[in-house]
Amino acid sequence: MTPDLDSTDLVKRFGTTVAVDNVSFSVPPGSFFSILGPSGCGKTTIMRMIAGFLDPTSGEIRIKGKSVLDTPPNKRPVNMVFQHLALFPMMTIAENIGYGLRRRKMPKEQIARKVDEALDRIGLPGIGARKVDELSGGQKQRVAIARCMVLEPDVLLLDEPLGALDLKLREHMKVELKALQAAFDTTFVYITHDQSEALVMSDQIAVMNAGRFEQVGTGRDLYYRPETPFVAGFIGEANRWKGRIERIEGEALQMRTETGLEMRATATGTLAAGDNAEIFVRPEAIRLAGSAEALSAFDNRLQGRVASILFNGAASRVLVEDDAGETLEVTLPQSGEFASLRRGDPIHIGWGAAQASCFKRAA
Amino acid sequence: MRAHARIGFVLLLTPLVLWLGLLIVIPHIDMAILSLRERISFGVYEPSLMQYEKALTEPLYLRTFWRTAVMSVLATGITLLIAFPVAYYIAKMAKGRLQQVLFLLCLIPFYVSELVRTFGWMILLRETGIVSNLLQWVGLADQPVEMLYNDAAMMVGLVYTSMLFMVVPLVTTLESLDDSVIEAGYDLGGNGLSVLREIIIPHAMPGIVSGCIVVFMLSLGNYLTPTMLGGKDSLWFTEMIYNQFIVRSNWELGAAFGFMLLVLSSVIVWGMLRLTGRTLQETMG
Amino acid sequence: MTRTLLLSTTLIAGLATMAPAETLRLLTWGGYAPDDVVQMFEEQTGHSVEVTLSNNEEMIAKLRATGGGGFDLAQPSQDRIMGPQREFGIYKPMDMSRVDQSLFIPSMLEATMGNTTVDGAVYGVPHIWGTSGLVMNTAEAGDVVKDYTDLCDPAVAGKVSYRLKRPTLIGFAFAMGEDPFAAYGDEAEYKAIMEKVEAKLTECKPNVKTYWSGGDELMNLVRSGEVVASMAWDTGGWKLNEDNPDITFVAPASGALGWIDTFVLPAKGQADEAAYDWINFVMQPEIAAKITAAAGNFTASAGADEYAEDALKAKYQASFPQEAIDNIKWYPPVPAGLESIEGEVLDRVQAAN
Repeated sequence: MTPDLDSTDLVKRFGTTVAVDNVSFSVPPGSFFSILGPSGCGKTTIMRMIAGFLDPTSGEIRIKGKSVLDTPPNKRPVNMVFQHLALFPMMTIAENIGYGLRRRKMPKEQIARKVDEALDRIGLPGIGARKVDELSGGQKQRVAIARCMVLEPDVLLLDEPLGALDLKLREHMKVELKALQAAFDTTFVYITHDQSEALVMSDQIAVMNAGRFEQVGTGRDLYYRPETPFVAGFIGEANRWKGRIERIEGEALQMRTETGLEMRATATGTLAAGDNAEIFVRPEAIRLAGSAEALSAFDNRLQGRVASILFNGAASRVLVEDDAGETLEVTLPQSGEFASLRRGDPIHIGWGAAQASCFKRAA
Repeated sequence: MRAHARIGFVLLLTPLVLWLGLLIVIPHIDMAILSLRERISFGVYEPSLMQYEKALTEPLYLRTFWRTAVMSVLATGITLLIAFPVAYYIAKMAKGRLQQVLFLLCLIPFYVSELVRTFGWMILLRETGIVSNLLQWVGLADQPVEMLYNDAAMMVGLVYTSMLFMVVPLVTTLESLDDSVIEAGYDLGGNGLSVLREIIIPHAMPGIVSGCIVVFMLSLGNYLTPTMLGGKDSLWFTEMIYNQFIVRSNWELGAAFGFMLLVLSSVIVWGMLRLTGRTLQETMG
Repeated sequence: MTRTLLLSTTLIAGLATMAPAETLRLLTWGGYAPDDVVQMFEEQTGHSVEVTLSNNEEMIAKLRATGGGGFDLAQPSQDRIMGPQREFGIYKPMDMSRVDQSLFIPSMLEATMGNTTVDGAVYGVPHIWGTSGLVMNTAEAGDVVKDYTDLCDPAVAGKVSYRLKRPTLIGFAFAMGEDPFAAYGDEAEYKAIMEKVEAKLTECKPNVKTYWSGGDELMNLVRSGEVVASMAWDTGGWKLNEDNPDITFVAPASGALGWIDTFVLPAKGQADEAAYDWINFVMQPEIAAKITAAAGNFTASAGADEYAEDALKAKYQASFPQEAIDNIKWYPPVPAGLESIEGEVLDRVQAAN
């Protein structure tokens, strides 16, 4: 099957800065593809090149197998939901949604019907006559999507559209966006710096850093099997140790940290004894226990004191200061087991070598 | 506490009330009374509608009146046509320093008085002026060309004088238009023309209307430019008012003319607002 | 307490001795109050002078707006005193005993006093006189333009100018063989003359480059050669003559129009003392000669001729042979009502196509 969107060796330079550096990817039809990266990583540049507002320095962009490089933005079969939505404030909701159809010289009655359908589809029937500023943030969001979707684009681009919403609404819209995508059955290309948005909604996520794609994969892949230290650090949170590899057998390895601890971990990529390396362990992969015995099954064990408890509901953390003086972040289970934990209490922690990813580090 | 607030309010309001009262309301009442009387003999006056009757029946006055109105509307239209692309370029295309420099360039002609600006045009357009000499030098004309003292020269002067007052409100409103809204217009299939018509112009409407109102009033009330550049055919209504007041010492007719001009500008401004479906608050606020 | 009293008494006494020193607010024409003359006057009398420049119409409009206030001495032309005084009462009678009459050329003083007498009171004394006629480039238009009506000659089409004001109407009337001054008393006859003039001016309009309104504007037009002949004041021609010997003032065949600018006291003037002092000061022959040098026109001061520059005298003599002097038409006072007839004529000419 031809991918809906396919880009090869895409490069964009602004003067001497390389904003997008040799990026290739393809998005299969009907999928939700996210580009996740910190601000300034070049993700918006990619999106603007796909939409046609920027010309790539070199490389190719194909939509449904056809190159669109010579097609102006108003003729490309892609539409874009802008960061601040960019609804037309001088028009009503119905006029906003009908704008693209009017441009296609569709008869008036047909436009009206399509607009009504689209409003039904986004669950806001009958608001066509309202003004843009009479709508709530979430409603505007849906209108912005409907405005693009009535044009039945091959690819819908979304540029951090949830950025302006408050937390609660954002959580809600994540679910809703995914549902809308399924309902319209269109390929979505979504840009965000918020990993949770990307993880929740996407079929595929490209993690982008400094103009390059670090890793493309499902959320699960990125979370469990990060291929680069950047991905490991960017997706989710991690405790890190730097050190030198002492022994390695297959993927299993042992590293001596700079603070003198001995740790077992799993290698990502090719590593050899004597290499400088870095180990990433997620807070939620670390087990807390009152005694060392309870952790005997784990490859790595440490003991220390509770330096602080960061209560945040389900995402509560304990900061543990180990004997070497380092502070580790550990997820605090809400099972009641550790409800009585106080600052200064002695505590034991442990984790398996499979949960500790080790990456080679530049010397 | 309340009393204090009240005193503060009154104190704040006093200068405005004084200004409006002393400089606008009272002189206008005086003018109204003046326009409603007729000279009988030395120092003897009687209430009469004669002045308005004269103003409305004498073909010369009427012709000048309408000519001034039509030319002012035309000047406003031309100013808008020229200022819009300029304002769009300043607000949307130019970035950073260039934007500031361009804006300043629009402002610079207003550092000198209107008289000097108009003289500048006279130096350019007169028979022995720069444009005429240039045309002869290039070979497009074989004898001096007189470009002054006609309606076109007058129009050039009016448009030039008004330009800034159109550019400023346009730049302000266009700047407030989010670039992504324009991009969305293209992204959803619009071309340059439809984006202009459906998105940019509707958005800029408050600026267009307030710019037009200001330029129209300035043109209507302009005295210097029409008299200097229009020469023997200028025929501007403010000139008539000046003539009646100063040259003919006929204050009664001058006052009647003044009121006609006030009514005309009010009606046209009202019409402009009606036409664009705006209220004065929306436009000025 | 005593000391304060003493101090204030001294202050009051001090002010009292200063009392004659007043501020003279003078409403006049450009060149009539040159800086050096003002300075000499201030040094000699202790008065100070504030000069405001204007023209006939604006002077009267300003005084009318304030009911004759805001200025202490004004200088309208002698024909603009009787009418406005009767209409608006903006002047006050002059106390001729406070004017040193010996300083004036007797015939001119007598004529002006006669022309500015309302209800037995004298309102004006003469200061500066001059004429209006034709300023032209004699090399280019000298053969064609001999009189005002020659400005309409096709040979000078597009190269002539005049003002759209009453002197033009009067000048054209004389050139067309009429005597508008004789018709001043007869409104119907005057109207008939003006209608003829209107027809002539309307017919002449395509010939005119532009109607000039300011002296500098005209000077520029003539100096640049865009205009070769224009109706204008004599001084304008003489000034241009310094730059280009071909340009000069020519008295038209039908006679130059003579005007006299006067001194009048505005009704609400507050510094009469200073006003009379000023009149008596500037009419002294040597001071009058300074003003002549600045304004370009001669004054009504007796004996000032001796002090006048020879160059100016020569120009004057060139422009005015004896018969031209005899032929000068002096403006009599304008009766009320005529100006509205003239106004309508001027409006229609302006609007004509």
